Amino acid sequence: MAHASPLGGSVVTKTTVIAAAFAAAAAIILAYRFIYGLGAVANISNGYPWGIWIVWDVIIGTAFGCGGYAMALLVYVMNKGEYHPLVRPALTASLFGYSLGGASVIFDLGRYWNAWHIFTPGWINVNSVMFEVAACIGCYVLVLWIEFLPVIAEKYASPEMRKKISKTLYIFIALGVLLPTMHQSSLGSMLVVFGFHIHPLWQTELLPLLFLLSALGMGYSIVIFEATLVNASYRRPSEAGIVGKLGRYMVFLIAAYLVIRWGEIIVDGKLGLVFSSGGLSLAFLLENLLFLIPIILMASEEKRANAQLQFVAAVCLLLGGALYRIDAYLTAYDRPGWHYFPSVSEMLVTIGIIAIEVLAYIVFVKRLPVLHTVKRAHGVAATTNE
Amino acid sequence: MKDDILNAIETRLGLSRRSFMQFCAAMAGTMGLPSGAEAEIAKAIASPKRPPVIWLHFQECTGCTESLLRADHPTLDKLILEIISLDYHESLFAAAGHQAEAARKASMAANKGKYILVVEGAIPVKDGGIYCKIGGQTALDMVKECAADAAAVVAIGSCASWGGMPSTSPNPTGSTGVNEIIKDKPVVTIPGCPPNPYNLLSTVVHFLTFGKLPDLDEKGRPKFAYGRIVHENCERRAHFDAGRFAQEFGDEGHRKGFCLYKLGCKGPETYANCPSILFGDVGSGSWPVGTGHPCIGCTEQGIGFQKPIHALAEPKYVVPPVSYPRITEDQGQGMTTGSAALIAGVAGLAAGAGLALGRNLGKSDDQSSGKE
Repeated sequence: MAHASPLGGSVVTKTTVIAAAFAAAAAIILAYRFIYGLGAVANISNGYPWGIWIVWDVIIGTAFGCGGYAMALLVYVMNKGEYHPLVRPALTASLFGYSLGGASVIFDLGRYWNAWHIFTPGWINVNSVMFEVAACIGCYVLVLWIEFLPVIAEKYASPEMRKKISKTLYIFIALGVLLPTMHQSSLGSMLVVFGFHIHPLWQTELLPLLFLLSALGMGYSIVIFEATLVNASYRRPSEAGIVGKLGRYMVFLIAAYLVIRWGEIIVDGKLGLVFSSGGLSLAFLLENLLFLIPIILMASEEKRANAQLQFVAAVCLLLGGALYRIDAYLTAYDRPGWHYFPSVSEMLVTIGIIAIEVLAYIVFVKRLPVLHTVKRAHGVAATTNE
Repeated sequence: MKDDILNAIETRLGLSRRSFMQFCAAMAGTMGLPSGAEAEIAKAIASPKRPPVIWLHFQECTGCTESLLRADHPTLDKLILEIISLDYHESLFAAAGHQAEAARKASMAANKGKYILVVEGAIPVKDGGIYCKIGGQTALDMVKECAADAAAVVAIGSCASWGGMPSTSPNPTGSTGVNEIIKDKPVVTIPGCPPNPYNLLSTVVHFLTFGKLPDLDEKGRPKFAYGRIVHENCERRAHFDAGRFAQEFGDEGHRKGFCLYKLGCKGPETYANCPSILFGDVGSGSWPVGTGHPCIGCTEQGIGFQKPIHALAEPKYVVPPVSYPRITEDQGQGMTTGSAALIAGVAGLAAGAGLALGRNLGKSDDQSSGKE
């Protein structure tokens, strides 16, 4: 890991300024929300208590944040050291995905001042899936920051301090694999609790497994997506070779996901619903198509090495995973008489949170040793403006 | 517990074993004791040793005794004759006059330091206490004499607890409660007009079983019975929270069983377990609020007999909300032009950026591979 270095360069660029503007807009709306209450800015109601602040910012946001989890699983558990250069950038993205996901929960809590109950023994309901998710995500945010500590330490701490940190880090790396396994599957368990409110095409007791598999698949996709984006933006040499190999795991996970999902639908005799559920059928088929495309695109070794195909496959899988979660939590969630569509202010907060993630990521890679060092011998400048 | 003791109970109390154990469990439940306490209670009650009780009457209406006579599990005659040894009780004594007073003195001498003293009624202290005398002795004098050697002192009813009704302004006789006179030992007060008989039974049974008094609050009331305000366990509480009040007696809200707060119910400022254990063993609704009358706060010094019955209570800690939730709820709306435009814009922007990036990907790949 000694081969990483900060990108350098100014942090004030067109991208960061635009991102900061969106973040500021979100901050103003959130200030309004904390003064006048949830109803003043969000369209959520008693019929739809969870809007995009939960479904996008938390459920999809943490699935997008699974890059660190997926890479840790690969590098530290399966011992594939060759992928080491991808761990730090993935961890950085996870860091912000999860930290902001955790913060979004607070925005969405009507009585946010009671949030400390989650970590107070007398208040804990150990039989609640929500508690499991809340406590687990809370702990994982902490673990992620500890996992990230060596990057900060490399720049600011003394050598002895760094030694101490790296000696105890294995505990947190282990936790960093355990905790996401727990809560990513629990995000599916929460839907099981919703029972008949969820359309049968989505409702199954295998939801925890499906959520875990798709989250891992999305984890590898986000690593591909983000490597492509960073290398293109900063004119770094393409990592298509090493990144392409991840496609193998992605294909395997998504194939398993599709087999289990369709197997359950066939075994439970719900196949007819695939075509007879109106708009939901369409959503279901689109979702599955988005899962199927990456498998086709990443079918052979040759295709996996192609940067364009990698990018399209990663984007499709991310969209598919996001759509799966939106469908399961909102579209297929049936409350007769109730309607939900995010308000403009609600969406601006979500966009603002994404903007903060982008902004923080750029600042971190420019100031801290996150990205692996590119040798000048390659003839490509490692530092440029945008 | 051994079977022969239980069999003895059957013949002694005329109760089936089942009813007896039910009674013990009910007592343990009323006092909120942990499981296993009912067995200890059963053992204590089954013991043939009966604690002597001296029951004094002063400024009162005998309502407390009357209500005790209506206790059903077990009936008071069983309690009097078999569980405790009632050595002196003016209403229930067969003896009269000096004979009765002699019995009291004899019992006090024989059971020095072991008897339970129960006081019913307020004690007048003005002018040397001359306003209440029994056998020529003032109430003030008598209570001091009896309390001196008592193992425990229990003040039953609001009168004995703080003066109650006789102490109402201008209080011409200077009526006061037992704990204003007996200062050298703790006085259990069981206020109420009348108090629930089970609160007295439970206190006595607790004393029999564990040899000590139950936990008391700062006014000497057993916490198991007076730990919570009436409002907390009231069956009409949901109406209070929802803002549904009876406005006057006999109006629509009153007939529908709405909250009586606006009719002067003192439930929000009165500590008692009335809504939980009810009265008279006749089933649900058998307590003042249950029958449609506001609570008058008879167990609470400064409320009962002092505040006008129909004056509004000052809620202790459960206050009505500033505003009530809407009855019809907004069920949400679909897409608006603004939100649709925003989504379309973001999607378009993302698609455009993705396309531009994707198109360049091959090129940069070629470039870098070319340079390598």
